[in-house]
Amino acid sequence: MTPLLSIDNVTKRFGRVIAVDGVSLDIAENEFFALLGASGSGKTTLLRMLAGFETPEEGAILLDGADISHMPPNRRPVNLMFQSYALFPHMTVEANIAYGLEMEHLPKAEITTRVGEIMEITELSPMARRKPDQLSGGQRQRVALARALVKRPRLLLLDEPLGALDKKLRAAMQLELKRLQHEVGVTFIVVTHDQEEALVMADRVAILKDGRLLQVGTPHEVYEHPANRYAADFIGVMNFIEEDGKTIAIRPERIRIFPDTADRTAKGKIVARAYHGLDLQLHVETDLSQRPLLVRVTADAADRHALAEGDAVTLGWNHTDTRQFND
Amino acid sequence: MTPSNARSTLLMAPALAWLTALMVVPCGLILALGFFRRGTYGGIEYTFTLENFGLLLDPLYAGIFLTSARIAGTATLIAVVIGYAAAYAIAAAPRHRQPILLFFAVLPFWSNYLIRTYAWIVLLNREGLITHGLRMLGYEGEPPSMLYTEGAVITGLVYNYLPFVILACYAPLSRLNPELAEASRDLGASAFTTFRRVILPMTVPGIAAGAVFVFVLSIGNFITPALLGGGRFQMIGNLVYAQFLTANDWPFGAALSMALIAIMMGLLTLQTFAAEKGAGEAREAADG
Ligand SMILES: Nc1ncnc2c1ncn2[C@@H]1O[C@H](COP(=O)(O)OP(=O)(O)OP(=O)(O)O)[C@@H](O)[C@H]1O
Ligand SMILES: [Mg+2]
Repeated sequence: MTPLLSIDNVTKRFGRVIAVDGVSLDIAENEFFALLGASGSGKTTLLRMLAGFETPEEGAILLDGADISHMPPNRRPVNLMFQSYALFPHMTVEANIAYGLEMEHLPKAEITTRVGEIMEITELSPMARRKPDQLSGGQRQRVALARALVKRPRLLLLDEPLGALDKKLRAAMQLELKRLQHEVGVTFIVVTHDQEEALVMADRVAILKDGRLLQVGTPHEVYEHPANRYAADFIGVMNFIEEDGKTIAIRPERIRIFPDTADRTAKGKIVARAYHGLDLQLHVETDLSQRPLLVRVTADAADRHALAEGDAVTLGWNHTDTRQFND
Repeated sequence: MTPSNARSTLLMAPALAWLTALMVVPCGLILALGFFRRGTYGGIEYTFTLENFGLLLDPLYAGIFLTSARIAGTATLIAVVIGYAAAYAIAAAPRHRQPILLFFAVLPFWSNYLIRTYAWIVLLNREGLITHGLRMLGYEGEPPSMLYTEGAVITGLVYNYLPFVILACYAPLSRLNPELAEASRDLGASAFTTFRRVILPMTVPGIAAGAVFVFVLSIGNFITPALLGGGRFQMIGNLVYAQFLTANDWPFGAALSMALIAIMMGLLTLQTFAAEKGAGEAREAADG
């Protein structure tokens, strides 16, 4: 089966900056795909090439097996939800959403029905007649989403869709996006620089660095088996221990405190503790690394051991929970 | 009155005093003459009358109003089309090059109005530069008569007021979030539809400001019709000029001026409303 989208060795330069560097990637129908990377890693540039606002200098972009690299944006069955939302300020919510359907010259009745449906799904019906400047950030975001979704694109691109929202609304919208994707059955590519967000929402995650693809995999794969030190550090929190010219990496939640059995143990002293509600994060000084090791213990375990700053502790972990990097 | 209100009144006071003393009062005095009768020997007879205003409806004078409106309207239309296109091109140029392009666009404006207008006489004259140019290309016939036509007047007005239109249209165009046009393309609109449905409606306040400017300044203009129209085209400005300086009928001149001012005020009010309405939208577009 051909994948929905095939990015084949695509490169894009801006003058001397290589924004996207030989990226190859296949995305399947109905996948929720997340592009993850630090600022300037080329995420937006890659999305803009998929939407048709930039042309790749090398390589090709195939949609349903057909090369669309040079097709203008208005002819692509692809829609982009802009980071700034880019809502038309002189049009009502309703008119914003209907705009894309009017461009397809659909019958009026069908436009009305489809706009009504999508406003129902995105809970925008009560504000159909408002202008964008009369909406909250979260509502605007839903209009931008509805405007793109109502076109029923083969592929929906979202550039930092939740960037402008506060933490709580963000968490709610993450689930909302997943639910919507399920409901309308559209393939999503979401750009984010929030690794937690990517892990929560996506079926698969790609990590970009300096325009290059470092790793592609399920959230579980990239979290548990990072391809290299950069990926390990970028996704989640990681402890690094230098030993015999090698780097050993271990997640804070894999380190146990006063273990009964462990492949490896180390003695240390608690230098700081941070309470996170569900769990407790301890900074433990050992002679294994310069920086204190981060250890996550459940609130329950913390109570049992009555842990305080300055206490001496024994840490332990199993080899199967560690990763080794040679760089 | 709140302290900040008091302070802003204080800050405005010199300007208000200046305008009142040097603008409102003298103008008011002149305009008030419109309600009196012309003396037999050109002076003013201080008996109240409305007949000056009645005279405005005389086909001769109403016709001059219409001619002026037609000439000013044509000049406005041409200036808006050319000016908007120029402003669009400037706003689309690389950011760092825009100030210099704007500078060149408004450069003619810094030279003397009279000199600029005389320059057109040199160009359009029967034996002027254009005729010379045609001769050099092998043209043998009669020189084209371009000077002292309505076309010459319109050309002069467009030329003189174009910089205003460019500046007025450039402001909203340069503030337009480019992602709005991209969003339109993304949703399936062609470049032309994007212009018609997104860019144009969002820059209407700028067009309105520029258009009102050109129209108001053109309809009251008297130098350009006098020089480029050669006196063959009476516009309201020339008529007012004649009443005050040659016919010595100040009351009728005042009545004409009042009619002219009423038209200007009406248009400016309309334009202010358009700007108010557009302000919220422009703000929205800018922070996108
Ligand atoms: N139009 C442009 N002209 C010149 N350089 C550009 C242009 N667009 C992007 N770049 C450069 O290309 C690189 C990738 O930019 P891009 O916007 O794709 O990054 P990003 O991953 O989206 O970053 P962010 O998370 O900050 O949005 C950066 O170095 C950027 O400076
Ligand atoms: Mg970006």
